[in-house]
Amino acid sequence: MGVVYVVTSGKGGVGKTTTTANLGAGLAKMGKQVAMLDTDIGLRNLDVVLGLENRIVYDVVDVIQGRCRLKQALIKDKRFENMHLLPAAQTKDKTAVSEQQMVELINTLRPDFDYIIIDCPAGIEHGFKNAIAGADKAIVVTAPEVSAVRDADRIIGLLEAHGLGEPYLIINRIRPRMVQSGDMMSVEDMLEILAVDLLGIVPDDDSIVTSTNRGEPAVLDQFSKAGQAYRNITQRLCGAEVPLLDLTEKDGFFSRLKTLFASR
Amino acid sequence: MSFSELLTKFFPKDENKKDDKNHGSKDIAKERLRLVLVQDRGNSIPDEMLLKLRSELIDVISRYMVIDESQLDMGFNKSEGEIALVASIPVVRIKQ
Repeated sequence: MGVVYVVTSGKGGVGKTTTTANLGAGLAKMGKQVAMLDTDIGLRNLDVVLGLENRIVYDVVDVIQGRCRLKQALIKDKRFENMHLLPAAQTKDKTAVSEQQMVELINTLRPDFDYIIIDCPAGIEHGFKNAIAGADKAIVVTAPEVSAVRDADRIIGLLEAHGLGEPYLIINRIRPRMVQSGDMMSVEDMLEILAVDLLGIVPDDDSIVTSTNRGEPAVLDQFSKAGQAYRNITQRLCGAEVPLLDLTEKDGFFSRLKTLFASR
Repeated sequence: MSFSELLTKFFPKDENKKDDKNHGSKDIAKERLRLVLVQDRGNSIPDEMLLKLRSELIDVISRYMVIDESQLDMGFNKSEGEIALVASIPVVRIKQ
């Protein structure tokens, strides 16, 4: 029976879809049977981040409204036979799906997969409630910004109220230089405020842009630091103890010299 | 000026120059977050919880004194960076 994770954040643009894609691809690369489910009805994007946008025939609303079978709507990835996507509908309204229908859909998927990862829409309305309805555990994505942390705090409270207490936290978009200079909240600062279990940290990395341009998740790129961060996270999800990625910059002589004197 | 500051001056961290005003702005972020979260968390206390708290509070206090429940006033006092539970409970007499 599969484990169902919902990736959520409250605020838009902190990296929910990127995180979903990378966790899904990372777990698939490790040989797990993975299904990703885009619940952002009307604003689907997980398909393009995964590079599967041209393969959509049916979507989640078609399945729920009985226009096709679940197997017909599930897209099987060509890079990994064990990676699947159930895309969101682009033309329908958010209210096309109910919480009960979502729970039933996920329970139908459960026996065939090791991991089911749900990409939650931004906000705390209907779409959020649908996305979390069938999940076992939540992964909250946030970034070192006042607005993102505030929304994460709110989401953590709402998740708890809906029986998804003690979520995992992923801190995305970390800029090590700014953290070092005291211009960005550190991982410790954020954990002090949010008080939840840290699943991983991801640096703000150009490779995320280029990999999204190509539709190939960064987790598959051996040279990407963000990719390494996501590989660590997928290993942790599988129960491995992996130390946090060292994000400190060691790129030049002067920055090293400066760090040396600053740590005095 | 310390040596590390001197180095920063000659070898700035980023292309976009930072002035002193921006330096260490994470402390400002943390403080603003702390304040806004006090507000957010205070506002999100559900009514049922408050009612339950009120009735349990009455139970406990009634063991020791007779109180005028009709005049009981309870609520949150939010001021700069703090949130306090304030209750005013008129005592009729102390139980022996």
